[in-house]
Amino acid sequence: MLLSNDHSRLLTPLGVKLTLAVLLGVAVLVPLLNLALPPGSPFHVPTYVVSLLGKYLCFAMLALSVDLIWGFCGILSLGHGAFFALGGYAMGMHLMRQIGERGVYGNPLLPDFMVFLNWKELPWYWYGFDAFPFALLMVVLVPGALAMVFGWFAFRSRVTGVYLSIITQAMTFALLLAFFRNDMGFGGNNGLTDFKELLGFDLQARSTRVGLFAATAVTLALAYLLCRWIICSKVGRVLTAIRDAESRVRFLGYRVEYYKLFVFTLSAMLAGLAGALYVPQVGIINPSEFSPANSIEIVIWVAVGGRGYLHGALLGAVLVNYAKTYLTGAAPDIWLFFLGGLFIAVTVLLPKGIVGSLDQLANGLSRGGLRRPMAQKASGEVPGE
Amino acid sequence: MPFKSTARGWRLVIFLAGLLLLPSVAMAELADDLQGLRGGSYDAKGAAVERLVAGGDERAVPVLEAFLDGRLFLTDGEERMVIGEDSAGGYRIFDALSGEALGEVGKRDVSKIKINNKLRQLVKGSLGALTLGSKDRAARLRAADAVFRSKPADMIPALESALEKESDPAVEARLRRALAATQLANSDNKATRIAALQELAKFTDPQIRSLAAAVLVTDGAGNPTEPDAEVRAAAEETLKAIEQGLAFNSFLANIFQGVSLGSVLLLAAIGLAITFGVMGVINMAHGEMVMLGAYTTFLVQEVFRASFPTASDYALLVAVPAAFLVTGAIGVGIERGVIRFLYGRPLETLLATWGLSLVLQQAVRTIFGPTNREVGNPSWMSGAWEVAGGLTLTYNRIWIIVFAMLVFALLMVLIRRSSYGLQMRAVTQNRPMASSMGIRTGWVDAMTFGLGSGIAGMAGVALSQIDNVSPNLGQGYIIDSFMVVVFGGVGNLWGTLVGALSLGLVNKFLEPYAGAVLAKIFILVAIILFIQKRPRGLFALRGRALES
Amino acid sequence: MKSLFRGAMSAAAFAAALAGGSAVQAAEVIKVGVLHSLSGTMAISESTLKDTVLMMVDDLNKKGGLLGKQVEAVVVDPASDWPLFAEKARELIEKEKVDVVFGCWTSVSRKSVLPVFEELNGLLFYPVQYEGEESSRNVFYTGAAPNQQAIPAVEYLMGDDGGGAERFVLLGTDYVYPRTTNKILRAFLNAKGVSDEDIMENYTPFGHSDWQTIVADVKTFASQGKKTAVVSTINGDANVPFYKELGNQGIKAEEIPVVAFSVGEEELAGLDTGPLVGHLAAWNYFMSVEADVNDTFIEQWHAFIGDEKRVTNDPMEATYIGFKMWAQAVEQAGTTEVNAVRQAMYGQKVPNLTGGMAVMNTNHHLSKPVLIGEIQDDGMIETVWSTDAEVVGDAWSDFIPESAKLTADWTYPWVCGNCEEPKYVKY
Repeated sequence: MLLSNDHSRLLTPLGVKLTLAVLLGVAVLVPLLNLALPPGSPFHVPTYVVSLLGKYLCFAMLALSVDLIWGFCGILSLGHGAFFALGGYAMGMHLMRQIGERGVYGNPLLPDFMVFLNWKELPWYWYGFDAFPFALLMVVLVPGALAMVFGWFAFRSRVTGVYLSIITQAMTFALLLAFFRNDMGFGGNNGLTDFKELLGFDLQARSTRVGLFAATAVTLALAYLLCRWIICSKVGRVLTAIRDAESRVRFLGYRVEYYKLFVFTLSAMLAGLAGALYVPQVGIINPSEFSPANSIEIVIWVAVGGRGYLHGALLGAVLVNYAKTYLTGAAPDIWLFFLGGLFIAVTVLLPKGIVGSLDQLANGLSRGGLRRPMAQKASGEVPGE
Repeated sequence: MPFKSTARGWRLVIFLAGLLLLPSVAMAELADDLQGLRGGSYDAKGAAVERLVAGGDERAVPVLEAFLDGRLFLTDGEERMVIGEDSAGGYRIFDALSGEALGEVGKRDVSKIKINNKLRQLVKGSLGALTLGSKDRAARLRAADAVFRSKPADMIPALESALEKESDPAVEARLRRALAATQLANSDNKATRIAALQELAKFTDPQIRSLAAAVLVTDGAGNPTEPDAEVRAAAEETLKAIEQGLAFNSFLANIFQGVSLGSVLLLAAIGLAITFGVMGVINMAHGEMVMLGAYTTFLVQEVFRASFPTASDYALLVAVPAAFLVTGAIGVGIERGVIRFLYGRPLETLLATWGLSLVLQQAVRTIFGPTNREVGNPSWMSGAWEVAGGLTLTYNRIWIIVFAMLVFALLMVLIRRSSYGLQMRAVTQNRPMASSMGIRTGWVDAMTFGLGSGIAGMAGVALSQIDNVSPNLGQGYIIDSFMVVVFGGVGNLWGTLVGALSLGLVNKFLEPYAGAVLAKIFILVAIILFIQKRPRGLFALRGRALES
Repeated sequence: MKSLFRGAMSAAAFAAALAGGSAVQAAEVIKVGVLHSLSGTMAISESTLKDTVLMMVDDLNKKGGLLGKQVEAVVVDPASDWPLFAEKARELIEKEKVDVVFGCWTSVSRKSVLPVFEELNGLLFYPVQYEGEESSRNVFYTGAAPNQQAIPAVEYLMGDDGGGAERFVLLGTDYVYPRTTNKILRAFLNAKGVSDEDIMENYTPFGHSDWQTIVADVKTFASQGKKTAVVSTINGDANVPFYKELGNQGIKAEEIPVVAFSVGEEELAGLDTGPLVGHLAAWNYFMSVEADVNDTFIEQWHAFIGDEKRVTNDPMEATYIGFKMWAQAVEQAGTTEVNAVRQAMYGQKVPNLTGGMAVMNTNHHLSKPVLIGEIQDDGMIETVWSTDAEVVGDAWSDFIPESAKLTADWTYPWVCGNCEEPKYVKY
């Protein structure tokens, strides 16, 4: 079994422990501070902060999935938003089916937008989504299958580097256009919205929001552990080797494409799961999630936080999105200057991202005190010559 | 505006004639009919126009022309009918009938006599009737076409007499067309109708197709509205002849549209082919360079409009080098300020240039405002060349194709023939070696990035003619540009050319069948599959580039 | 374990930082939220509306405020990002505690914030023409519903003045507004005896910029012997390239008139309209309308924005009417409390900028006049036809069988937004 593990390393670096502690801490504390304390209390966490944090954590999970392939296998996907959106759509379809007769037109079978477009029956691909377990399965299977097919073609033909990045972008762009079409049966530009409940819980209720938040935090912690486990395993080492010298690994007899396919598919599934958690919390899923700009942003979260650390990706996602939330409110007319400036500054001044730079600093201060990070040498994947 | 000068000339003649020659009765009649134009309803105005034409008085022409152009006003207060010409503070007004100059008024001091589409068509047809015998060839052509469009029954004798006098073959053909169309539309005589249909079959034109098809229209119950079977047969033949011609023309039109889309893609992508393809910078700010080029065009145009209004048709010619210099300089600035710290870390250029693109967009939004800016089409880029019916090549597209090819050719010459081109190729192929041969690699890098950005800026000049000049302009082209460069093969300019043109052609040939969206999706999927087949694009760089 | 505790503490501190300021509440001012995109693809249209609200707030303050308090605008930028709209809406209501929100342009942004407004019982004024088929008790729709725009326009085209069109091309951007409008129009045209083969529908993606093929198709479709007209629900950015192609390919308004529902002076500002004279637009307001109140509004706008060249358009009028109505309702209710203001809204009257009175109906839609205008070569649109009286906005279209039976009436306490029988509801 390739996934034999070096368990000693799994939790060793300080960052890992800290990350897990923070995730589990917020999973418990935030709901507590929201539900137990009265709104007047200075430590009370308002519900809107809870859903905001929930959204950040979904993005963090998405960033995690990108860091897994980019930071540890050198696959730069500029289309990961597509997997996120597909997972989101699978969950959205379930939520749509849960509306039942409470839709505007009161049709027990068809979602409103289908009644609208004169559809007479449910398209076949909507079957089964009324069952939560099926929907949950689809949340990981659909992005996984797409990633598998896409990766199978791409990695077998040894499409690498920037070519791969651009065709992942083509993939998400094609999906964007396809989902925009009302004839596709996914609600066109408006997407899926007007959800009522999940597993019988009213989605607008505070307790549901808090519950969803806690579930997201816990899922993220588990996903993080899973990623740690994979990169500490032998597979993880091969992956890192592929990142640093793909041909050499191939010459050694490894089937590089299978390793890549495995990690790419897994990453897509994680992204899908993040999307599924995201949809009930924001209440809408629509094709703009497929937009290439979104996918580029994900990569930027990872780069800002520090590529190749996993927790760097989490930190980057939360920080950039918090900056966005804050700036769009505080400086609505000029916030893009700050955000754009931040990206430029981070690239030029902190090439290893925030976590990478902190790590370097710590290494410099106490040599040997901390474990060396998994990713030190990030090779350029793009043909620079 | 040819209208204005003729109108002024006419007015002078009319004025003198009115003073010296014409009996005041006719003058009063004309004045009465003209007053009808101010009528309350559009129907009343229409009746007045008809009366004016029936009167056959050529002095009505300038008034009708002004009416058509929306330059016919009533003054506030005394409600005098005047013709206005734009002036700095509002309008310079002239009495509609006498042409007497009445000084200047503000825009809100007069109210326009309104016209709608129906009246517009009527007036154009009527003007045709009044100008069929004009000495000016262009006016006769316009008149024939106007009659062709409006097809008034009472024009048949006028057309016939005009045909007899006409010596110019082009005008004669148009007159014949107008006559046949008018006969078909108004005559009940079987022989006339068939003859008219046969005459019309000579013209391959969608509008004529429409006339022939109208003969075959069935009513609600499915019965033909044309009772005579022979006429229907003639119409069917005409239709067939025209449709064959149209099918061929539409094939040619498709090719033109494909090449035109391809050249837009080429223009958008070619700068990226340098910054990304040659230098390896994943330049997400490329689209913003295009956008800045378009805004430079806007600025140059504004300068021309303010300082040299007569030469504003040529603003675009000045805008091309201006845009190149402005965006090129910004490109050099970006390279020196940001990109040069990132060589060897190409993926990080993605991050930095993305940030740059946000900043540039917001900067433009802050400076120029978030709304569209108007960049006018110079007269030599407006309108279309009617090669044949159903094959209309718009001038702006033609010029953009020419421009794209010129830019490409110049770039090729620069890279292949100049010493800078040689240095650039040397640096991109082997930087340490080039450096040790004494090439200032930093300088070459800056120049190359500036060149790519400058070309993007020139693309912006072209795109300002067909698209919005807004802060989002570049965003619409960035993905397509990357597709073109990757499809053609990174680092190969010929690949970019072939890639852009073939994507444009395929898109345009798919679009009639699949619709715009599916055609685009199909192309994206095709690119993805193509890259599996040729992982390095259409024209892969040869050599030992096994591992990037 | 120590690190676990530390992590939890820092997370709590972070959360507290996020919540910062929510405890501090100032009661001296009335807060008005502005939820319009200032960046991204929609900034081009929505920024103007932000400025309009700011102008109205400014004006109100100069006149002494509302209920003796100053009014303060809270501007946020949802950046044309639909989920961000929902987040910002929540921030405005829960954190900033605004009393009312003016915002949204696209249907999807409205759909995105709708659950938030309903959950938190906020108040949204939505100023853009839209597809109808919605009636939320938390939203007031001050733009046109399809029966206030599309149907009069098509009736005009079919009439004598409009050229007696018998064949129609329905061009639209592929999203819900054009889809619904065209669905309603198709049902309407069928009822008028236009068969399906005389109707061509075509949808293009957002920001479509290459119109060569479609314009050529329209020409072909129009050459079948019947008078043809084009009904355009093309959105935003795509209009400029569309009209440029139209002009260059020489489609004259006398032959194939194009009537648009999302084109106003603002969209035309990026165009040379010389070749487009006579093409039509159907809306509830045009800048060129001669009325004193309109002149005053334009002057006020120019003074506020500091640019004489800026134009005014229909969504600005809708914002203007919505804002005035809200202010009147607040005065009447004596409070900004949402339930009271909502009840006070019904029957509120504000003079239209084009003359006549806009009235807020109990279905949360306005009664407004419908204007049809022709594009002029100076970029203005001039009215050539208008309804004699105000038309009541329909939340639920009579031409869609499923919605024809629905009613919308929010008169307390027997309310009904999308149902057949009113229900008793206690707030």
